Amino acid sequence: MSVDKATVAKIASLARIRMSDDEVAAMVPELNNILGWVEQLGEVDVSGVEPMTAVIPNHLRLRDDVVTDGRVRDKVLANAPAPEHGFFGVPKVIE
Amino acid sequence: MTDLTNLGVAAIRDGVAAGEFTAREVAEGFNANVAAAQSALNAFIVATPDKALAAADAVDAARASGKPLGKMAGVPIGMKDLFATQGVQTTAASHILEGFVPEYESTVSQKLWDAGAGMLGKLNLDQFAMGSSNETSFFGNVISPWKRNDGGNAGLAPGGSSGGSAAAVSARLCPAATGTDTGGSIRQPAAFVGISGIKPTYGRCSRWGIVAFASSLDQAGPMARDVRDCAIMLEAMAGFDPRDATSLDLPVPAWEAGLNPDMRGLRVGIPREYRMDGMDADVAKSWDNGIAWLRDAGAEIVDISLPHTKYALPAYYIVAPAEASSNLARYDGVRYGLRELPDGAGLQDMYAATRAAGFGAEVKRRILIGTYVLSAGFYDAYYTQAQKVRTLIARDFEAAWAHCDVILAPTAPSAAFALGDKSEDPLAMYLNDVFAVPASLAGLPAMSVPAGLNREGLPLGLQIIGKAFDEQGVLNAGLAIEARARFNAKPEKWW
Repeated sequence: MSVDKATVAKIASLARIRMSDDEVAAMVPELNNILGWVEQLGEVDVSGVEPMTAVIPNHLRLRDDVVTDGRVRDKVLANAPAPEHGFFGVPKVIE
Repeated sequence: MTDLTNLGVAAIRDGVAAGEFTAREVAEGFNANVAAAQSALNAFIVATPDKALAAADAVDAARASGKPLGKMAGVPIGMKDLFATQGVQTTAASHILEGFVPEYESTVSQKLWDAGAGMLGKLNLDQFAMGSSNETSFFGNVISPWKRNDGGNAGLAPGGSSGGSAAAVSARLCPAATGTDTGGSIRQPAAFVGISGIKPTYGRCSRWGIVAFASSLDQAGPMARDVRDCAIMLEAMAGFDPRDATSLDLPVPAWEAGLNPDMRGLRVGIPREYRMDGMDADVAKSWDNGIAWLRDAGAEIVDISLPHTKYALPAYYIVAPAEASSNLARYDGVRYGLRELPDGAGLQDMYAATRAAGFGAEVKRRILIGTYVLSAGFYDAYYTQAQKVRTLIARDFEAAWAHCDVILAPTAPSAAFALGDKSEDPLAMYLNDVFAVPASLAGLPAMSVPAGLNREGLPLGLQIIGKAFDEQGVLNAGLAIEARARFNAKPEKWW
């Protein structure tokens, strides 16, 4: 499989990365080079093989259902680019 | 008096405890080295000399009042700038996090401070730990302290992604540093600069507070001048953390006390698939030396097969970018970090503009690959297939453990290359991790120890891969090699 300009533009849009037409065009051969190389995985016989879900056998823990965090609003907002009135400020999203 | 900056972790810890010198004297010595080397090596993004001194003073005061000292008491270290450090800028070497000052401390760094270590500064790295040469940092390349012996002046790559950690330890700017390893980022840079580094079993060190790259692979570990120093520091870094869902709920072994270079009764596997066509002659020779050294230490050498080795790297370059594309979705210009807000832009435009301005080229490339392999219609062909291959790679190792206790292989296919040599060709750069990635995909402990110099006078590393949870076996084999390689070369000071 290979990607064309339209596909790269679509991926960039999904990934929320603004790219100019020139940047998209330059990325097409780079991605195709990498995708062409990973395609060798298709030759591996994986019939009956489960995809890995945990690299080291480990069971997921449950913790007690108690509040362990909170009341740290100012810390949460401390690095926000545009905090307003104790909230994250964002551009208007409703017309 | 001896130059205290020539001492490693154990020597500093023991000297401070015995009162031969103060922790403050040690910190002052390394602070001076950090400052003097910064313009030439660019190993640090931020230096924190006051933090190093404050920690040292606390250790000296504790000793004076007879209080017990921690495992790393009096040892100043470098902290890879991927670990969140409270009150100190944490960037992952990316513009998108420039100016980010965490309100919290990562578990691993907190454990090190609790053990009496101090922070010399935040070390440069490849942006979001994506790279093998430290050429993707927004804050500039790290320059290796090593030079080829041909009289040329080419700037060499310190390896990556923990390139600042490698350069700083090698140049005696710190006795040890933290690293993180997703697909070789501790081992390959350690090999490039002639130091030791260990990636423990996945889950040994908490990932809480480490900027995430590929969460099923990311592991922290120490980089230091010898095996003992790595053992000491790993003990201080490891341990269960309820805040990391994949943290191993196991006691931390006494790895330093357990060090033993006697390999009698142990079998060392030599994977035939790692002996590749066109292998660098010096790398092949150092591997042969390593085999002879471990045999001399009493080990039985056995040939083993890891049949899916050639598929590890392509599987990694699906799995890691897929996880990265998901992890890095959090950088949106809303909650922290950079915000780019073009005139009249809405929320979606702000996201896209912020991420375009904040991420470097390699980070964007990997996010795009990850987004593609996870997208509808391609998920099974790429991502599921890669995860199945990953299962097969882990099974290869499982099968090998029937025949051997540890595996010996080169760490990297070559010595350090020149800056700029591979940065234009992503695939050529990726291939540098061919020997490191299989152990990462299987979550196994693996370490690099210096094995000697090549014909250009540059360090080569040997890699030991162990069974899950058997860091001790890895460290011991490393010690057996260290005792025989007698590697004591260090870069000639030019900075």
